[in-house]
Amino acid sequence: MVTYIIRRLIGAVLMLVIVSMVTFSIFFVVPRIAGATAEGFASRYMGRSANAEMIAVTAEKLGFNDPLPVQYGRWISGVFVGSEYDTGATIEECPAPCFGYSFIRRQPVWPDLVDRIPVTLSLASGAAVIWLLCGVATGVLSALRKGTVFDRAAMSIALAGVSLPVFFTGIVSLVIFSYGLGITAPGGSFTPFLENPVEWAYSLLLPWITLAFLYAASYARLTRAGMLETMSEDYIRTARAKGMKESRVVVRHGLRAALTPILTIFGLDLGLLLGGAVLTESTFSLKGIGDYAVQAIVTNDLPKIMGVTMVAALFVVLASLIVDLLYAVVDPRVRLG
Amino acid sequence: MTAPLDAPGKTTEVVPEAVLAGAGVKAVQGRSLGQIAWMHLKRDKVALLGAGVVILLIVIAIFAPLIVDVFGHPPNEFHQEMIDTSTMTPKGGTGISGDFLFGVEPVNGRDLFSRVVYGARISLLIAVLATMLSVVIGTVMGVMAGYFGGWVDTVISRTMDVFLAFPLLVFAMALVGVLGQFEKNLGVTGDTLRIGLLIFVIGFFNWPYIGRIIRGQTLSLREREFVDAARSLGARGPYILFREILPNLIAPILIYATLLIPTNVMFEAALSFLGVGIQAPTATWGGMISQAVKFYNVPHFMFFPGMAIFITVLAFNLFGDGLRDALDPKSSR
Repeated sequence: MVTYIIRRLIGAVLMLVIVSMVTFSIFFVVPRIAGATAEGFASRYMGRSANAEMIAVTAEKLGFNDPLPVQYGRWISGVFVGSEYDTGATIEECPAPCFGYSFIRRQPVWPDLVDRIPVTLSLASGAAVIWLLCGVATGVLSALRKGTVFDRAAMSIALAGVSLPVFFTGIVSLVIFSYGLGITAPGGSFTPFLENPVEWAYSLLLPWITLAFLYAASYARLTRAGMLETMSEDYIRTARAKGMKESRVVVRHGLRAALTPILTIFGLDLGLLLGGAVLTESTFSLKGIGDYAVQAIVTNDLPKIMGVTMVAALFVVLASLIVDLLYAVVDPRVRLG
Repeated sequence: MTAPLDAPGKTTEVVPEAVLAGAGVKAVQGRSLGQIAWMHLKRDKVALLGAGVVILLIVIAIFAPLIVDVFGHPPNEFHQEMIDTSTMTPKGGTGISGDFLFGVEPVNGRDLFSRVVYGARISLLIAVLATMLSVVIGTVMGVMAGYFGGWVDTVISRTMDVFLAFPLLVFAMALVGVLGQFEKNLGVTGDTLRIGLLIFVIGFFNWPYIGRIIRGQTLSLREREFVDAARSLGARGPYILFREILPNLIAPILIYATLLIPTNVMFEAALSFLGVGIQAPTATWGGMISQAVKFYNVPHFMFFPGMAIFITVLAFNLFGDGLRDALDPKSSR
């Protein structure tokens, strides 16, 4: 078990290194291939008012002329020990963990992200609870009553659910429930959980349901397929043959086996959402990490985009690590194999 | 999957092989995989409906200029006369008439029907080409990983893991954003650049989904008897790859390509909705919805592009599901 954990941890670190390299490449190598110069980079950070000479000086001072590995190393070391940016006129401080420094707003990226994590976390966790419960329950019931009206109806709704873009369902539900009927909070409302849990749940109810609907639909389809497969296995017949209660057969023998692949996907989905539920946040005007990414792209603020991309990738890697470790606890074949 | 306990197991296992080989026990005709699939598909009314809608959508996309010529107005033509200037909303609420089938946009009164029809072009073009890119990369990588095994498999599988760990939407947004900024260096501009960029980004990040499936299939195909037989007859690597393994991969490739298209339609719509896809004034479904957000009192503005996405994605999903059921003998309904 210990060796498995160590092996998996090393794997996760390697993954992070690779992901960071790819992120770095997107922002520094890809534009270079597209023909951008060091001065071109510097002018992005300087704003439009700077003249050519100032830009050239800044490009040199910020190190855009250095070899790429050096620039990558500097960026990574910033994450651990922080960095300083000498733009010539001023020295900008970016304390660790420095995931980038926005020269346009003159502030480091990390504190902004920390401010926004609660929103995204609230949104993702609430929705996750709803979709996991609803999706799996629907899938199991559908599989057990295969071919019935319930099954057909549930699967039709699920298919519709995976075919509707979340930004469309989001706006439609906002228009109907918030602005029309007035029973849910309007877009953009958020109350921190610690301030008022009831208000917190009320303000996020609609985004939760909208986001959960999309995922619940695909989870219902997956669970149904998985359940249909496991319920036709020999050991289910054996369990029934020895006189076990049907409910116990379904839950302990059927569902348990059908759930494991679902959990893997769940971990990845949750990790992805923590890195910014981009569409849901922007539809409901929630100031989360995804919204931050959109704002960064709209304002052309490269360090911000880079920081948020890296943090998002971090969440996914962490999530898949946690899922793998949980797997090892649940399934002995994983840690021994 | 398991034979009944009282059945003479050994003989039943042999019979299907004999039938396939055309041994002619009861003059059973050999059917190709395509024929069997078509037989199944013909019975699946829902999948056929999906296929019909897909074909219709493709026709609409191809003949968009013609359709708009007959039934609508140019997609970027303003019709201020249709707008109530005091509220900036269409006269009579929607402006739907025989002349404007889906009504007009608020403020500038562009023909919604034409814009939805032209949106189909962008949407399908990007989704289909991006899918093709994913399929090509995914198949090559998957076959290589599955067939050669060893370190090739390790490297490719790890690469796929890395790709799957990426927050796709954020990365795509970042990449489109970064490349879009340096567009003057790329030699192409405007829609052509954006379309190319989106195809590349969407296609390039989605290949591991297909790659994984193809790898798994290749792994199991490699160990099958007919591959052994070919090898023992002296067939070399390329022959085995292209004549023995690849033809057997066509079914999964078709299925997952069909199921990837709707995902890509959604992806393109999402990027355009966020403003990093195709830029205004070119009509895209996602872009139209993002504009419609500001006019929630004019619901038809959002309804038509939303329904267009819904119908397109649903049709491809229905067809893809049907195709999977038809081509995969293991799946049961």
